Amino acid sequence: MRLDWEIAKRGWRRYAAYPWATAAGVFTNSVFGFLQAYILLAVYRHRTHVGGYDAHDAVTYVWLAQALLMTVYVFGWQELALRVRDGSIATDLARPLDPQRYWLAYDLGRAPYHLLFRGVLPFAVGALAFRLHYPGALDALLFALSLALAVVVSLGFRFLYNLPAFWLLDLRGVLILVIAVNLFFSGMLVPIAFFPRWLGLVAQFLPFAAILQTPIDVWLGKHGGWELAGVLALQAGWAVVLLGLGRVGLRAATRKLVIQGG
Amino acid sequence: MVDAVLLWRRLVGAQVRSQVQYRGSFALELVGAFVIAFLDFVAVLVIFHNTPRLAEWTVQEVAFLYALSSITFAFTDLLIGHLDLFPRLIRDGNFDILLVRPRGTLFQVIASDFQLRRLGKAAQGVLVLVYALSALEIHWTAPRVVVLLASIPAGVLIFSAVWVVFASLAFWTTDSGEFTNAFTYGGNFLAQYPIDIYGAWLRRLLAYLIPLAFVCYFPALYVLGKQDPLGLPRVLQFLSPAVALAVAVVAGCVWRFAVRHYRSAGG
Repeated sequence: MRLDWEIAKRGWRRYAAYPWATAAGVFTNSVFGFLQAYILLAVYRHRTHVGGYDAHDAVTYVWLAQALLMTVYVFGWQELALRVRDGSIATDLARPLDPQRYWLAYDLGRAPYHLLFRGVLPFAVGALAFRLHYPGALDALLFALSLALAVVVSLGFRFLYNLPAFWLLDLRGVLILVIAVNLFFSGMLVPIAFFPRWLGLVAQFLPFAAILQTPIDVWLGKHGGWELAGVLALQAGWAVVLLGLGRVGLRAATRKLVIQGG
Repeated sequence: MVDAVLLWRRLVGAQVRSQVQYRGSFALELVGAFVIAFLDFVAVLVIFHNTPRLAEWTVQEVAFLYALSSITFAFTDLLIGHLDLFPRLIRDGNFDILLVRPRGTLFQVIASDFQLRRLGKAAQGVLVLVYALSALEIHWTAPRVVVLLASIPAGVLIFSAVWVVFASLAFWTTDSGEFTNAFTYGGNFLAQYPIDIYGAWLRRLLAYLIPLAFVCYFPALYVLGKQDPLGLPRVLQFLSPAVALAVAVVAGCVWRFAVRHYRSAGG
């Protein structure tokens, strides 16, 4: 536990070392937030509700998505793949610490940094410019829980799609495909509530929804009672399944591993 | 000038040949670029699943804007997209090497990397354009054809100029990459939709001051024969090439100014 804490601190510090990059990121997230908010608001000129969202919900959704995209890391992550490519994975495997546990602890240090500096600031910009929806105390607490689960699901997924690096020399093609599918099915491009019914159903039962859509819906108070317990359980389920698959995959990969160079 | 084009062709040709060597990897990247672009357009269709019109624009009209912006941006990305990696060149002190070579620095940066896989994105734009054109029943006249054809090189020039201006920020801070994204990728995103849906201040800043409205919006109004919802002068619909040349000159000056202020990171 103490070890995990130390690793998590490193995760935080690594990103805290680039304050200007953080400022530039906040700016970019805000620009995209404005663009997307105006696009969705143009839909509400003709409708009052879409998929159970009113205009305030939709605009809140957009700003939350911009605020959370770094925290739940929807874009490409290849830390593990890079260590496989340059051979440092050999040292990692020789350590008495499992790589998956290492990256999970590291990521749980990274995520709070991104939430605080890449999340709170762009959301504040959105809150100043638009009327947003704010949760009550209980929903806020459940949102925090759901977000923590989302980070774990996301790490589980990222670890998994880095494993092909043990077989392929270049992960770029895999990465591009994975980002495309993740951006769309997590609800990053358009809220899943806007999807046609059948596509929405498909999306609800893919792990990507658990990465972005679920915490946002908890914030918006879209689930109540047993349904809420159900979506949180589904998130936890995806976390267990993806981490488990990553474990099995890593075992197969280490058997196959050939360290290049010498 | 001719000399520069020939040199560019030789440099880029060599890179293209090397990229198609790894056929499996290259094919996967091409498919990946296409899929990411495809799902991006599906997002537009998802929005229109919920409304017959976005403000006063139909799905076919928005598809036309989208295609024009995507094609233009894909070609820009193909030509100079690797400016994204430019801050690294500054950080590592490798920009010094370019300064001692007998060519313009901007030319060298542009010719230094060329990713053929970005054609995947252009292919998607062309498909969306074919869909839009076949669904729209445009009344074609010679001026409309000219405006449409001129809008693509003009748009490439505008996007490129914006990219160069914001990439030159790297001469002052190498952490500016994400900031540049707001105007390049953000600019493409903005141009894919009719600008009359955005708030007035955002429009003034990103569509007129940074003249992104001239990439698609104004030429599209003319080609579609559509009344401008913003009621702006019609002459703007023909100005894209002139605006493009003007911003290209500005970008060239900014780059030159930035290079003069360059201080090497190397020791």
